[in-house]
Amino acid sequence: MSKAAELAALIGSQTALSNRNLIINGAMQLAQRGTSSTGASYKTVDRFFYSSSNLDNHAFTQTQQAVTDLAGFTNSWRITTTTAESAIAADELVYVAQKIEAQNLQQLAYGTSSAKRVTLSFYVKSSVTGTFSTNLYQADDARVVNSEYTISSANTWERKEITYVADQTGVIDNNNGTGFYVTWNLALGSSWKGNAATAWEAYNTDNWAGAGTYTDAVITTVNSTWEITGVQLEVGDVATPFEHRSFGDELRRCQRYYEKSFPQGVTPAQNNGVKGHSLYAGSNDGGSIFGFKPYRVEKRASATVVGYNPSAANANFTNSGSPVYNYNDATGFSAYTTNTSGSRALLNWTADAEL
Amino acid sequence: MDISSTQYYNDLDGNQVGIKATIDGTEMFVPIDPANRHYAEIMRQVDAGTLTIADAD
Repeated sequence: MSKAAELAALIGSQTALSNRNLIINGAMQLAQRGTSSTGASYKTVDRFFYSSSNLDNHAFTQTQQAVTDLAGFTNSWRITTTTAESAIAADELVYVAQKIEAQNLQQLAYGTSSAKRVTLSFYVKSSVTGTFSTNLYQADDARVVNSEYTISSANTWERKEITYVADQTGVIDNNNGTGFYVTWNLALGSSWKGNAATAWEAYNTDNWAGAGTYTDAVITTVNSTWEITGVQLEVGDVATPFEHRSFGDELRRCQRYYEKSFPQGVTPAQNNGVKGHSLYAGSNDGGSIFGFKPYRVEKRASATVVGYNPSAANANFTNSGSPVYNYNDATGFSAYTTNTSGSRALLNWTADAEL
Repeated sequence: MDISSTQYYNDLDGNQVGIKATIDGTEMFVPIDPANRHYAEIMRQVDAGTLTIADAD
């Protein structure tokens, strides 16, 4: 499609010309927790997570990867299998996803006759070729629609575009809970596929993925890789060019869900000498020290807090005892300790309010 | 989510405000908020009878 035609399509469809992308960190620029991990869940690139169920022996790494072979992008998120799963049993499932906050999806008007389609686009590169499954899962009403894409050439970036139909039945609640899972499946046991839900349906495990023949080889082949970047989900049935956002803009969006006292580029850790945006606690009544840390961005919900001693290998205040997290809501937290050798102390921290 | 060593903790006024827990090997302080994913998972496991939370000290 020519640029003029893209613009005409945008205007004609009344699609937003900016802030189109409902995905946060789609270019994988932010990796506040670190750039490499062997763990599941949220461990590296912000807002994206890895999930598996019932696997026996699979091991993997997830990494924020430097990209040099895709113009305009500098990072991707890569899954690498380090120990292969020998076979995929019926109940086994591996997927990666981003959850989108429900109140950010109200423009879709789901559950009404005005419900809108959405289009997912992304760049994917894998050592494995074949057909892969994707889906949208709507959490409030447990509804799902699935689709698929094919990787034709190994180790080559390919752009994929998938338009999902609108749902005039299921209602996305207007709150801070999960609206959508935007999901890419990497291995599917037989219980998790077989029902091509090309229109929205009530979720029933067998419609998590469609009725196609999907490859599990990323998970069943040692040293196989699958990586993704340039992820965009937008209203309408046209996949527009990826909407690049500034690092600072993306950081603020990510900080609604995860924030740290450490500077960007520094992985949270104990005893690393970094003070950053640490909590400063001063003398409260002579017998204790107390401090409050307001977040730079208000969180989606009250956050789970982890403490890190800047100058010792523990989770205590500097030169003091373990913190008691006294007050904690979406705006910040406070901590104190009665076990102190001085009148002031520091504490590094992370705050997690992910969906 | 691997959760162990769960114990309620109180604020300075003695109000129960959170749960100290080891989650995936890291000590975390989880607020009592159903919208918090760690709290939701802790309570799911408590309801399933696979986890108990110790009283605050």
